[in-house]
Amino acid sequence: MAIDIYDFTGMTSAIHESLSAVLSPAATTIVEMTIIGIVFILFYALVGLFLVYAERKVCAFIQCRLGPRRVGPRGIFQTIADFIKLLMKELLMTKNADKFLFNLAPFIVIIASFMAIGAMPFAKGLHALDFDIGILYVLAVSGIGVIGILLAGWSSNNKYSLIGALRSGAQIVSYELSVGMALMTIIIFAGSMQLSEIVASQANGWWLFKGHIPAIIAFVIFMIASTAETNRGPFDLAEAESELVAGFHTEYSGIKFAFFFLAEYMNMFVVAAFGATVFLGAWMPFHISEMIPYAEYFNMGMDFIPGFIWFFGKTGMLILLMMWFKWTFPRLRIDQLLTLEWKYLLPINLVNIVITAFFVLTGFHF
Amino acid sequence: MKEIIQYFSDVFHAVKSLLTGMRVTGYYFFHHKEIVTQEYPENRATLKMFERFKGEVLMPHTESNEHKCTGCGICEMNCPNGSIEILTTFETVDGKKKKIIDKHIYHLSMCTFCGLCVKTCPSDALAFGNDFEHAVFDRQSLTKVLNKPGSTLNKEVKE
Repeated sequence: MAIDIYDFTGMTSAIHESLSAVLSPAATTIVEMTIIGIVFILFYALVGLFLVYAERKVCAFIQCRLGPRRVGPRGIFQTIADFIKLLMKELLMTKNADKFLFNLAPFIVIIASFMAIGAMPFAKGLHALDFDIGILYVLAVSGIGVIGILLAGWSSNNKYSLIGALRSGAQIVSYELSVGMALMTIIIFAGSMQLSEIVASQANGWWLFKGHIPAIIAFVIFMIASTAETNRGPFDLAEAESELVAGFHTEYSGIKFAFFFLAEYMNMFVVAAFGATVFLGAWMPFHISEMIPYAEYFNMGMDFIPGFIWFFGKTGMLILLMMWFKWTFPRLRIDQLLTLEWKYLLPINLVNIVITAFFVLTGFHF
Repeated sequence: MKEIIQYFSDVFHAVKSLLTGMRVTGYYFFHHKEIVTQEYPENRATLKMFERFKGEVLMPHTESNEHKCTGCGICEMNCPNGSIEILTTFETVDGKKKKIIDKHIYHLSMCTFCGLCVKTCPSDALAFGNDFEHAVFDRQSLTKVLNKPGSTLNKEVKE
């Protein structure tokens, strides 16, 4: 079984055939799901730990500091050390807390981001869940996360947690709308909600470039609104260290806190990967128009880079952009947050959809 | 119509100011020479403290072992937490009795480095040193006598 780094379809179908040769169809499905689950758990842990380290380094450089440097070369094992420390911490419980919901909340948050990762097209043929309503699926499962946050705030029996959770609720209800509307632009362009088809429609150019002005507006709105959805700065009102101790996860300690922490970073990864899929063509290489001289040689050179490198490169760039936001802008007040959404993002977005529809009807896009 | 123009100019100015902020942080992100963090125990040999750093109170002495302290006690009076004690003696010069400093005792363990002693000294006898590694096992050694043994008052200081 040769591994082709440009197209994983052969590898996955070979695994499927060899499994179905020895097992019944039901058992094959179960074994395949288990394999994919284990792969995603490992991926989740690795990416989560790496992103925490990356964030600490990026924010350190932005603030003229050095960041972690002591554990391992350039401090790369810092987050693993932190994680081991958190594993050994005592799990504290508030008096009169709702024990069942208190313990359930971190899992709901982590499951939400876990389910969303499954729908990401990592490379050609490496796409675990490919529904024909893929965009709707990702929006729906990432919306589950807010239930976990609300439960965490409610069950903690703590005023700061509750205020943080309510803020988070208001924020996500508002910004979910903008995310959906911004994605609607690309749905109109691509004519499909299936992620694999949206990726395939970007073979001759990414939507960010093909859809020019409406796509760029939609991309900016998507980045703003999805940063708000992940509860990251400058929209981190739900945590607001200076006002609410730590917001909804004030009462959590040890590994339960680590779950929230990991889920926050994985949500960032999901949002960036989703944005890269929809606007930047996931694993599609960067291609320029055939009208430019020597374009075919340039495109061949770009095709030489494997798809998963393109995917992680684009995702990494968007993650860097989100970190750059976070460490540049001050936190918004709750009224400013809602004003930004309802008075600016949403109207601009609605007009943008109309313009997109006009562009598509007249064939004005590339 | 005026409101619509206002709306779009608001959006435009907001985006512009956000981009200005991102340019500043982006500059720092790529220019690592702007980093101000000192890696202390490793760079101990090359570490240079700043001129304004307040490490400890010192009494500068000249090469001929002369200091400027007249023993007036103003620093002792000004010290908010009593970290300075002035012990004086008398010496007879030309038949006149004159007060001179015997011991300028400085309790480093009580000092908050507020700088009032240095600021109020009428003869500029005190100064701040840059040494900050004061950890010791015996706190008695944090009580220091600032005037060196056998030192005398600089002749140029007017009393």
